[in-house]
Amino acid sequence: MDEHPDDAVDVIEEMSRNVKQDVFKGLRSTLRNVSQSSAAELLAEQQRLLFTPKDDSAQTTEMMGTVLPNLNEVAFYLEQAGVGLGREETQRVFLALKHLVESESLTHCRLWGKILGRESNYIIAEAETEYRDEEEELKQSAEEAPEEEKEAEAKEKFPVPRSTYKPPPLVPKEAIGTGANKYVYYVCSEPGLPWVKLPSVSPAQISAARQIKKFFTGRLNHQLLTYPPFPGNEANYLRAQIARISAGTQVSPHGFYQILEEEGDESDEPSQVSYEVNPEFEGTPVDEMAKSLSTWVHHVPHILRQGRCTWVNLAAKQQKDPNEDEEADEEDEEEHDEPEPEVGPPLLTPLSEDTGQKLFNIFRFQFCFELRLI
Amino acid sequence: MDSDSLYYSLDLVPGCGNILSAEQRAALQTSLAILKKNYKFQRVLFWGKIMGLTEDYLIAQGRGEDEMKDRKYLYSFNCMDWFLLPTITDSMIEQVAKAAKGCFTGDPSFVYEPKTHSYTAADNAADEDAETKVTEEKRLAVTVHHIDEEVSVVPRGAFIKTPHGLVQTNCSFGGLSDSEARKLHNFMHFSQPRKSQKKSILKMGEWSPAIDFLDVLTDDTPKGSWSLQFQCASKVCVLHSLLWLGLTFYHVPMTPQHGYIYIGDGLKSLDLPFML
Repeated sequence: MDEHPDDAVDVIEEMSRNVKQDVFKGLRSTLRNVSQSSAAELLAEQQRLLFTPKDDSAQTTEMMGTVLPNLNEVAFYLEQAGVGLGREETQRVFLALKHLVESESLTHCRLWGKILGRESNYIIAEAETEYRDEEEELKQSAEEAPEEEKEAEAKEKFPVPRSTYKPPPLVPKEAIGTGANKYVYYVCSEPGLPWVKLPSVSPAQISAARQIKKFFTGRLNHQLLTYPPFPGNEANYLRAQIARISAGTQVSPHGFYQILEEEGDESDEPSQVSYEVNPEFEGTPVDEMAKSLSTWVHHVPHILRQGRCTWVNLAAKQQKDPNEDEEADEEDEEEHDEPEPEVGPPLLTPLSEDTGQKLFNIFRFQFCFELRLI
Repeated sequence: MDSDSLYYSLDLVPGCGNILSAEQRAALQTSLAILKKNYKFQRVLFWGKIMGLTEDYLIAQGRGEDEMKDRKYLYSFNCMDWFLLPTITDSMIEQVAKAAKGCFTGDPSFVYEPKTHSYTAADNAADEDAETKVTEEKRLAVTVHHIDEEVSVVPRGAFIKTPHGLVQTNCSFGGLSDSEARKLHNFMHFSQPRKSQKKSILKMGEWSPAIDFLDVLTDDTPKGSWSLQFQCASKVCVLHSLLWLGLTFYHVPMTPQHGYIYIGDGLKSLDLPFML
């Protein structure tokens, strides 16, 4: 307007064409937007599989009654006590357990619980299976052997004076299906994600776990940095803690289980004490059960200081170097000749005999439905 | 968590394993409403539960006009009858620190005896003054105060400081976005800021004095004492404190829903640096 050019219309046309060019977006471009699915969407996809029913529904419903307990019922009772995962989560866990039973053909399975970790959590299922994988045990021992070979090679090249220190012999693991390894444990971080089987626990891991205190990160292959050093990674530590928790806290009403003694095959092995459900159990009234601790018993075998449920006499197994053994025997007769067998409280002992009870109550009673009683 | 939103917020924090039974929830909704009317609070929050050996203490918090300064705590055993906890003084904190050890017993009149090495009988008599007795009620009040001071969490932007110095809820808080909720520096402690605000101007450039007047969680020592996770099919952002085991903070991204609850035994995890 200040300049008064002659071809004002042309200038305006030019300007409007420039504006339109800027605003115009090409309808078709060769690049397409890749939609990035968020973590929530990915998880939802995996959890969708939980809700798809499988075929053979009639057979599965019959099987489920005996193999899996009704988790909704169990969750209801636990909720009265103030413990639980919330309704939706319990439902998802129940469906995931069903899938586990079907994929691994387990004979018994139940939800053991949930352990919180720093990055993600663990949902743990306790299971019994008929197929005891001996191949897996051989694989685990084979992995340890090549390490020893490498060490032997290094020693030949650079002769170093041999130390006379002999580490104490490793306490052998209990066989799968007995003692601390009675059940097999499966772990997943969210229901819907694949279940991972935890390795069986060794006594050395249990004794080390008793001495350390560490948070779980949520990754099974995480290496723990602890003192004393823990022989294994987070999966082993998790398994050891599960064994300790089960041995210390799983209780049942007195009389619900009865002892079924099996005779041991060899005279050296102590008889395996196991239990079964007592068909003549009538139950005790709630008042009595809530007042004294002797109405509740432990039904999981106590883990001895050695780290196993049945004691193993290590001195009897040292047969390779009889000369050295004799010398050692002469020095410390009490310790090596006759190591005292470790004895723990027998199975099905009432809680009132737990040591340490005098200091504080380890178990606590609480009446639920208090308002209803009034 | 707010008593108004209690019935759905309790469903968002069960991942930690501790929940309230349906009976307790129903009783709480009724009694908290009555409490709000009787004490004339602006808001009543269900603070959490401290578990003792024989009984559990359920704790509620009432807030007045200034959300940070006007706070009162009440405890109850059966969710219906509430008792006021004493206000905290520095001398009370000191006494409790000396005397209280072990788990909570569950009896509010239980007296903790400090282990003092006194050489004369006169000292013994002086120790038994009524004022210096450390009852469990005092220990409860001090513990609740410590937990709020050290690990109470709010998302950034949920509270604003008015020019008069009053701290109030921000009505236009729309929630953190998904990506913001994954970062720890968007969460702050809801207590008097202790760390002096001597940060570089670069960092302070994005701050607003009305919103950023609280300590950020990333400044906590030791690093790693917070565990940030997404639960409930990755919809809810949940923070667990590892210092006071049992404190859970939840926030649903893109909504103004947030809150924290403490359900635990009221013991600070002093082994934390070794456990990380």
